[in-house]
Order: sequence, then structure tokens, then C-alpha cells
Amino acid sequence: MEWSFLLVQALSGLASASSLFVIASGLTIVFGVTRIVNFAHGSFYMLGAYVAVTLVPWLLEFDRSPWLFFAGVLVSAVVVGLFGVLMEVTLLRRIYRVPELFQLLATFGVVLIVQDLVLLAWGPVDIPGPRAPGLRHGVYILDQRFPAYELFLIFVGPAVLALLWLLMHRTRFGVLIRAATQDREMVGALGVNQAMLFTGTLFLGAALAGLGGALQIPRVSANPQMDLSVITEAFVVTVIGGMGSVPGAFLAALLIGQLQAFGVLVFPKITLVLVFLLMAAVLVVKPWGLLGRPEAAAGRAVLPEGILDPRPLDLAGKLLAAVALLGVLALPLLDAYAVKVGTEVLVLALAAFSLNFLVGNGGIVSFGHAAYFGLGAYGAGLLVTRAGLPMEPALVAAPIVGGASAALFGFFVVRLSGIYLAMLTLAFAQIAYAVVFQWVEVTGGDNGLVGVWPSAWAASREAYHYLTAAVTVAAIVFLRRVIHAPFGATLRAARDSAQRADAIGVDVRMHRWLGFTLAGAAAGLAGGLYAFSKGSIDPTLLGIPLSVDFLSMILLGGIQSVLGSIAGAAAFHAVKDFFMPLTDHWRLFLGLSIIAMVLIFPRGLAGAWASLRGRAA
Amino acid sequence: MPRFSLSRRALGATGLALLARPGLAQPAPIRIGELNSYARMAAFAVPYRNAMQLAQDAVNAAGGVMGGRRIEFVFRDDGSTPGDAVRVAEELLTRENVAFIAGTFLSNVGLAVADFANQRKRLFLATEPLTDAITMAQGNRYTWRVRPSTFMQTKMLVEAIRGRNVKRWAIVAPNYEYGQSAAANFKRLLPGAIPGAEIVAEQFPALGRVDAGATVGALGASRPDGIFNVLFGADLTAFVREGNTRGLFERRTVVSLLTGEPEYMIPLGEETPEGWIVTGYPWEQVETPPAHKAYVDAYRARFNDTPRKGSLLGYVTVQIIANLLNKANSLDNEALIDALADLRTDTVVGPVTMRGLDHQGTLGTWVGETTLRGRQGTMKNARYADGADYLFPEDEVRAARRSA
Repeated sequence: MEWSFLLVQALSGLASASSLFVIASGLTIVFGVTRIVNFAHGSFYMLGAYVAVTLVPWLLEFDRSPWLFFAGVLVSAVVVGLFGVLMEVTLLRRIYRVPELFQLLATFGVVLIVQDLVLLAWGPVDIPGPRAPGLRHGVYILDQRFPAYELFLIFVGPAVLALLWLLMHRTRFGVLIRAATQDREMVGALGVNQAMLFTGTLFLGAALAGLGGALQIPRVSANPQMDLSVITEAFVVTVIGGMGSVPGAFLAALLIGQLQAFGVLVFPKITLVLVFLLMAAVLVVKPWGLLGRPEAAAGRAVLPEGILDPRPLDLAGKLLAAVALLGVLALPLLDAYAVKVGTEVLVLALAAFSLNFLVGNGGIVSFGHAAYFGLGAYGAGLLVTRAGLPMEPALVAAPIVGGASAALFGFFVVRLSGIYLAMLTLAFAQIAYAVVFQWVEVTGGDNGLVGVWPSAWAASREAYHYLTAAVTVAAIVFLRRVIHAPFGATLRAARDSAQRADAIGVDVRMHRWLGFTLAGAAAGLAGGLYAFSKGSIDPTLLGIPLSVDFLSMILLGGIQSVLGSIAGAAAFHAVKDFFMPLTDHWRLFLGLSIIAMVLIFPRGLAGAWASLRGRAA
Repeated sequence: MPRFSLSRRALGATGLALLARPGLAQPAPIRIGELNSYARMAAFAVPYRNAMQLAQDAVNAAGGVMGGRRIEFVFRDDGSTPGDAVRVAEELLTRENVAFIAGTFLSNVGLAVADFANQRKRLFLATEPLTDAITMAQGNRYTWRVRPSTFMQTKMLVEAIRGRNVKRWAIVAPNYEYGQSAAANFKRLLPGAIPGAEIVAEQFPALGRVDAGATVGALGASRPDGIFNVLFGADLTAFVREGNTRGLFERRTVVSLLTGEPEYMIPLGEETPEGWIVTGYPWEQVETPPAHKAYVDAYRARFNDTPRKGSLLGYVTVQIIANLLNKANSLDNEALIDALADLRTDTVVGPVTMRGLDHQGTLGTWVGETTLRGRQGTMKNARYADGADYLFPEDEVRAARRSA
């Protein structure tokens, strides 16, 4: 290969790195100060592009000058920053007192709403932006032609980094941001106006995302899928760099940009998973990212978020559980479709319950729980379609596959904590997704495999419903029993203070690993049941969207409650099933419903039930 | 306002019908379930649904089907995942009591619904999914596909470059089944059309996330004479811009799937490259049959928008369905399947036959070259390639569908 080509390829990598850094820097600053895992960051990026493709051509009508182009880009960034302020003031500010994870759910609601609002405002057709005046041409570098605009982009990243450094070290606002990133409680205790600080941070973060989107318009058309295409990569950059570290994000973006530019030459098919492999490798070696630091609060005793003191059900609780169970059993009296939806709710309830076993009881937040669900489904489905086994042994295999893969990934996962742990679960889930997606000969690739139907005796909707009910209820009762048993209490102890648990002789890592494996097995069982209810398996069963759905279910239900996630699964699925037939804009209504529930029941449905019963959850 | 008076008349008719029940009630309309990615793939699916409604009203205004019964489509979003789609299909069949189902966009969704239809023994008219598997290895008795498949469209393009002296080829395709199978078909068909041709580079960027700079660089480095492109949508726009600036397409033959369809041409705007050989839909240039012009005029008048490829597909699908119902004269799904085999329908693009052997429709598409007219891309030298000429060879179908 020629040197000139390698040089140009490296420059392409630098240009991508620069764009990625601008976006990721906003995400990392917002996380550092507010501890919010802001899923809506990708939506701000998309809004930046849409505002810019509207505003910039209008400005260029006056004069095709580069200055007007860049003025338009900056104004777009400011406009998006104001959207960020709007989200902070109307939504996030109201829920700072509830568990930090809950804000994640709220931002996920915002993602859904923005997706549909963008469709309503700008229509479904991709909108190409104008090229930057004066930077339309290609520049010759040795014998290769390289776009002038990308040459310019290479310098934007370092410029933004320098400006952020000045802001962080030369202004009072920047000092406060750094202080809050190090120790938020201390900043609050010293009397800093946190509301102003958070609003300002959200403005800065959203404006950076908007800037990132607006700068892309000469390269890509504004399209309604932009938000999700950028958000995972932005997360990867912030995690590799260390959450909250702006220089770390810069370093990580450089790494990823070059990895992709040269990765396409060597592995043209797996560029997407390369970044996740890198993230997994970095986290296994450096648990806080390249330039991140251990969380200041890591060793401090804080009020834990999750199940505190599981008690036996009181009379009202028993009645409620009995009514729910009777309802499930009586569904076939309604109609065939209600049975179908009921079966799905049962499966999702088991998956959500297994996730809350980790999150609520173990303090292990998994962003990739769908991996075990999906691998269980694949384990069962492959046995049926490839090995020709009937349903029964396949359903036995599902939890084994889910548990085994959870044991494998969990071995690395439980060494970490907090957000880094969550991100490592996400990385492993994406790696599993990529394997299933690429291994076409065995898994059928993204088309998946069909023909995963139940045995003859369970083929009718009703019979399969009762089978699912029996299996899921038994599994949930078993997991609940584990939560109440000493093993569950040990997990809670490890969650509340790993050091103290360690001091009294608990093998924290071993217990968390066993817990992770058990939850994976339960999710795998749910996945197996799901595959037979649908007749097919495909990679969406392992995807990030399904993982996010599971998280939404347990948060809606209330992570501090043992049984709340069941109600959360039922509510989430019911809302989706209610709006989907009604309108194309069901995502808008699903998002609005999520936000309404976040605001009305800030401790989840189970929390609302508990306060109705007049006692703390 | 005619529309208002019409709806008032309809209201009156409903009232009368209610009063007159049960004796004089009109025969109930035939309900057909249509599920598609109206939310995620709105740029395709909304024009598609518009045209279906237009065609449905045209059929009903002409007296309906099966001796006077109206047809009525029940539209549902398929959620763009197989899990959601199968539930929606179940809802259509059980709650909405549709006679059969049609639609879907993504191939994995189409395949899952096809297998579901097979399990429930109900007709499924897969309109948009392009994967070859749906009519070949995973084909079943109940599933029929309208659009020309990946294989057929690739074959049309390869025929268009037959005999050219372009030996070194690079392939760029999105990394999922559609892209991979288009690339595989191209590699398979190319030696037959250009003896001695070789593939010198392959790039498979992730769908929706093409790193255009790196991809264009990698393609250029292999110094190809020709490029076969399968990217579409936002990936295509990014790829074309980057390629234009870096001169990737200069003095090279570029062959590109679907790029001539208005869905993907409109966002390219003035960046539309000159002289790419593409499949597409130059709706403004289609002269025969005359019914096509009438359909375009009706579409533009009603929706104040130009038709897309999706619109054409939706309209043709309804024409096939109406013809099918008339011929079968029954809603029994087994009778419908039997009637659909080798059913010939005169559509707005000419005759379309649903080949009984592999359940593939012979709807074709247009092959031509891209060109810039004003600030908008269009096609020139376009000709209609009848799908009947590009079907899979019969023995190949028999071998592939043996298990089905």
C-alpha cells in the first residue's frame, strides 16, 4: 500500500474522530456533573442537524459566504442548547431526588418523543444540507484528493477541546463543573446553586451535541435515524475515555477514528463491533476508562437504591397477587388476541424480574440484559431448527445457554461497578449481537431463523399460554425466594457496601458472579419461551432497544420493590400495545406515557402502591 | 366541498343501513390486513399506504369485488421488529377479522410473518421485503411476494453492463442480508456477463452508519474500473458526497441498486451523480400503458405530492388483490392460494403474473442512467425491465424450495 493512501486514510480517521469528540464531550460533561446517562444526547445531535439544514440554507440565500454558514451552525448549536435547558427545567429538575437510574428512563422517553416530533416537523424524507461555501472542493495531498471540509473538521476537535479547557480552568462555571464532577454532594454542601449549575451543564452538553450534528450537514443528510446511529458510539467514546473526562473523550475519539479508518481495510465486515471489542478490552484492563477516576462516592455509605428490606406480602399484597394470577388464568375467556398479549406479558415479566434481581437486589445495573434473553432464544431455536429436537428439551436448554453466557461475560463484568459495569454489559451484549448477526451459516444472520414452533400439545394459543404461565410463575416464585433467602441478603450487603461485606467474610465477587449467572439463566428461559411464542428468532432479540425496554419496565415498576417489575412489564407492554394500532406516532405517545409515569410515580408503580398502603416501600 | 358532502352522504347511508337492518344491509366489506413500518420507514411506507387507499377507493367506486362487495384495508405499524410484527399480524387476524394479510418492509420481519402465516394457514402477500429467501429456501405455500427480489434487480443491472470492457470491480453494500445477498448475486452473475471480470475490493459498512471517508478511501485504493453499489438512504447520500469530492466516480462505471427510485433520488438533490446505471422509477417518463398516467394524475391530485416507488407498489398490490378476489370468489384461504397461482393481472405497469412455481410476482422495474435535471436527479434512457425475464431458473427454484 502506498504511503499517500495511508496518510489520507489517517486524515479521514482524524476527521471522524473530531466529529465524534464534539458530540461525546457534551455527553461526558453532562454525565460528570449530573450523573445522568443521557440517552437523549443522540436526539440533540439529530436536532442540531435538522435545525441547521433549515437555518443555514436560509442564511445562505442572503450571501453565500463561509461566515454565514458557520454563524448558522453556531446558532443551531445554541438553539439545541436551549432544547437541553427545556428538558432540564421541565423534566429532569423534577426528578433529581429519585434514584439516578430513573432519569435514564425519562431521557429514553424524550428520545421516543423527539423521534416522532422530528417526523412531524420535517417529514420522513432525508434532507440534504448545503455544502460549506469555500470548502466544497477537494485538496490534493500528494496524489490523493481529500475534502477540504474534512481538513477543516480535523481542526474543530482540538479547537473545541481548547475552548472547553479554557472554560473549565478560567471561569467560575468551569470550576464548578469540575468540582461537581469530582464530588457532587460536597459542591451542594458548600452552598452552590445546583439548579443553575445543572441547567448550565445541560445547555452546554446539548449545545455540543447540536454543534456536532450541525457540523455534519455538508457530509450527511439530516435523517430520522441519526439519533440512534450516534448515541452508542458516543457512549463508547465517553466510557473508553473515562466518564466525565473531556481529555479522555478526546483520546478515545482519536483511537476509535483511526480504528475505523484502518479497520475497514482489514475487517470490512465487523467495523461496528471493533469499537465494542476495544471498549471491553479497555474496561477489563482499566476499569475506569483511560483517563477516568474511581467515583468519589464509591467508598462512601450512601442510601442504596433498590430493594431494602423484602418482607412477606401483607394481606392486600396477597390479594393483589391472587387477582393478577386469576386474571392471567382467565384470559382465554376474553379473546384469542388477549391470550397472545398475556403470554408476551408473562415472558417479559420474567425477563424484567430477572433484571431487577440484578439491579434492585444486587446493585448490578445491566444495560445488556437482552443478550441473555436473546441467547436463550437462540439456544432453544437452534436446537429446534438445526438439531431437530422438539420443544421440551429446547426449553430446558434455553436457561442453560443464557446462564452459561452470563457466567462467561459476568466473570469480567462483576469486577467493575457503577456505570462502567453497565457499559461493559452493553459491550458484551453488542459483541454477542455481532456474533449472531455475522455468523450467517449457523444463525441465519439478520434474517434470523423461522420454524421455532411449540410441540403439538402446546400449539394452540391457550395451551401455550398456560405452559408459559406455569413456567414463568414458577421461575418468578423461585427468584423471589432467592431474594428472601440468605443469598439474596448477601447480594444486598455487597451492593450497599462491598468493603463491609468483604470485611465480614463475604466473597463479594463470587456472590455477584453467581447472581449474574442466575439472572442470565432466568432471562434465557424467558427468551426460549418468547421464541416459541413467535415462531422465529432474529438478532433484534439481543439488541440494545430490547435491553432498554427491560430497563424501562423495571424502572416503571419500581426497582426498590421485589414484585414491582412484573407490574412494570405489564404496564409497559400494555401501553405499547394500546397505542401501536391507533396511530403511526405510537412512539410519541409511548414516550409521553413514560414521562407521565415518571412524573406521577417517581418511585415506580410499586412505590405508588406502597404509599397508597400508607407505608414506605 | 365534495369531500364533506360525500362523508355526509356516507353518514346518511350508514344511518339508513342501521334502520334497515337486518334485511337490506349491504354485504360486509372484505377486510384485508396491511402491516408495514409506517413509523420507522415513513419515507417509503406513507406513499405506499396513500396509493393503496387511492386504489382501494378506485376499486370500490368501480363496483367493488366479488359481485359488489367493497374492500377495506386495515393498516397497522409492524414495529419494525419480527416480535412486534407477529403480534400485530395476530391482532389483525383475530380482532380485526381480516381475510388475509399483506405488507412488511424489512426482510427479517417479512420472513417471520411468512412463517407465522404458514403456521396459521393464512395468505400473506409480502409486498416489499426483497430477500430471495422468502420465495426460495424459506418459501411456503401461504407466502407470495410482489416486488422483484434482490436477485432479479441485480440481474437486471448485470444485463445492462453485459459485454462492457470493465474488468476490475469493487463492491460496497450495507452489512445486512440485503446488502450481502446483492453482493453475492453480483459476484455470481458478473462472470457470465463480462468474461474475465474480477472483484478487487469489498466494503460492508454497517447499515445507517457508513464511515464515508474511510470507505471511499478504501475503495479508491483498490483502483477499480467499476463499482457496484448497494447503499441507499442516508448512507448513499454520505457516500455520494464523499465520492464526488474525492473523485471516486470519475472515469469509472458505477452500477447501483435502487438509486433511481424517487425515495433515494430526492435526498441526493443536486449531488446526483451523472451516468450511474441504476434500477429505479422515473414516473414522469412512463408512457405505457396509459393507465399509468391516470394513476399518476390521480395520485398527485389527491395527495399533492409526486408518486414514489412505494406508491407504485401499493397501487399494483391492490390491483392484484382485487383481481384475486374476483377470480377466487371466496375468502377461503386455500381457494385464494389456488387462485393466486399464475394469476395474471393487468396493472398500471402492464401485466403482472404471480408465478406459481416460486410465488414470485413478475412486476418489473426500470433500468436506466442517473442524470441531473435542474437541481433534481432523475433517470435517462430508462426502459421497463419486465420481471418475467429475470426470474430464478426453474430448476434452481425446485431445488431451493424442495424443503418448503
